[in-house]
Amino acid sequence: MSETFLVATKKGLFTVRQGREKRWTISRRQFLGDHTALVSSDPRSGWWYVCFEHGHFGPKILRSKDEGETWEEIRKPEYPPKPEGVKDVDPMRGTDIPWSVQRVWALECGTVRTPGRLWLGCIPGGLFRSDDGGDSWELVRSLWDHPDRKRWMGGGADLPGIHSIVVDPSDDKHVLVAVSCGGVWRTRDEGQSWNVSSKGLIARFLPPEQQGDEVLQDPHRMVQCDARPEVLWIQHHNGIFHSTDNARSWHEIPHAGPSTFGFGVAAHPKDGNTAWFIPAQKDEHRIPVGGRVVVTRTRDGGKTFEELRSGLPQQDAYDLVYRHAFDVDESGERLAFGSTTGSLYASNDGGDGWQCIGEHLPPVDAVRFV
Amino acid sequence: MPRVTFTANIQRHVDCPPVDVSGGTVRAVLDQVFAQNPRARSYVLDDQGALRHHMQVFVGGAQLRDRAGLSDEVPAGAEVYVMQALSGG
Repeated sequence: MSETFLVATKKGLFTVRQGREKRWTISRRQFLGDHTALVSSDPRSGWWYVCFEHGHFGPKILRSKDEGETWEEIRKPEYPPKPEGVKDVDPMRGTDIPWSVQRVWALECGTVRTPGRLWLGCIPGGLFRSDDGGDSWELVRSLWDHPDRKRWMGGGADLPGIHSIVVDPSDDKHVLVAVSCGGVWRTRDEGQSWNVSSKGLIARFLPPEQQGDEVLQDPHRMVQCDARPEVLWIQHHNGIFHSTDNARSWHEIPHAGPSTFGFGVAAHPKDGNTAWFIPAQKDEHRIPVGGRVVVTRTRDGGKTFEELRSGLPQQDAYDLVYRHAFDVDESGERLAFGSTTGSLYASNDGGDGWQCIGEHLPPVDAVRFV
Repeated sequence: MPRVTFTANIQRHVDCPPVDVSGGTVRAVLDQVFAQNPRARSYVLDDQGALRHHMQVFVGGAQLRDRAGLSDEVPAGAEVYVMQALSGG
């Protein structure tokens, strides 16, 4: 059971620890004033990673080998030179796709069988691999050069990006990535070849004949049950989707409390039937329904949902929770999320009750148990 | 020799003292700077070697024109300033 989580915000990185009587408190504040956009940890090495968005100086990655006491900048992944004459244009906006990392949007590690293996997803749509804990990176050309990659398009972000990476706990060669907007992609050979795996997702923002196009889907976040890797959940732009056959097919869950729109989703690491969501009203109203923050939980594979509100603000609350700002620990009992309005909550009992840790933090981009 | 000076704001991320280097273009000058200080490169240039969107370079008081190719000439003895553009939040 994890007693620490990291909170990456627009204005710094915060470490939150559980103290006496199971109360969570902010124990450390670092990089104040700097935009920390993503945080990750590698349970094999114990190393922590924080990804920065320096508005002027671009994205950077820092690594800590001593649980955040000290940090070192590591090499940033870089795209290879763009060949002369290559046309690479975002189909939604008609703007050039820069062959340059705009934002690190996903950072996940392999299993104990591949020590040092990291996968990094970014805007604009590049997937990078490291086999040395981030000392060096290589663009996964097979995905970048896939003809369908040029059909990926920007959504809320102006450019397409890889925000979710799922490594099969039983097979390191089997990796799924989710792209906004580009659907779900699968490799079974460590990234040598890729196939789209979005069957069943529905993009209602497209004309009717294109809504089922597997390459034009907008999954907001994809997560997996560690103990049952064939079970996956997607919070999609147009609803909640569930797979019980390792992403070979996806099924829509039509009802889930007050709304099925949102960004964050957490999968129980042991129980394949349990997942949590934090809904917003709808795509053009990205606020909690009725100004009341709620976490929804299913324990029966999406058939029914509970609305968990104890400890969460139920009046004039306009918190939106971004896709990486909601996490569950390895026990499935502790959850934490942070919002765009700088509120931070954690639960010790699977979401039944929530503790408010802060209401005036900077906007929260990412939360991760370590 | 041209002298290259960096914005004070970059210094808390990566140490960039003023440096005298040779070179007849901004590209040649910066290549020499980053050969001595490789970590600074990605703070100023993007993956394709173009000037970052929110950075600016002045050569002898004039703003850089060729932000992608960095082909602007640098006269001997010119002052080159690597600055932030006025942006942020």
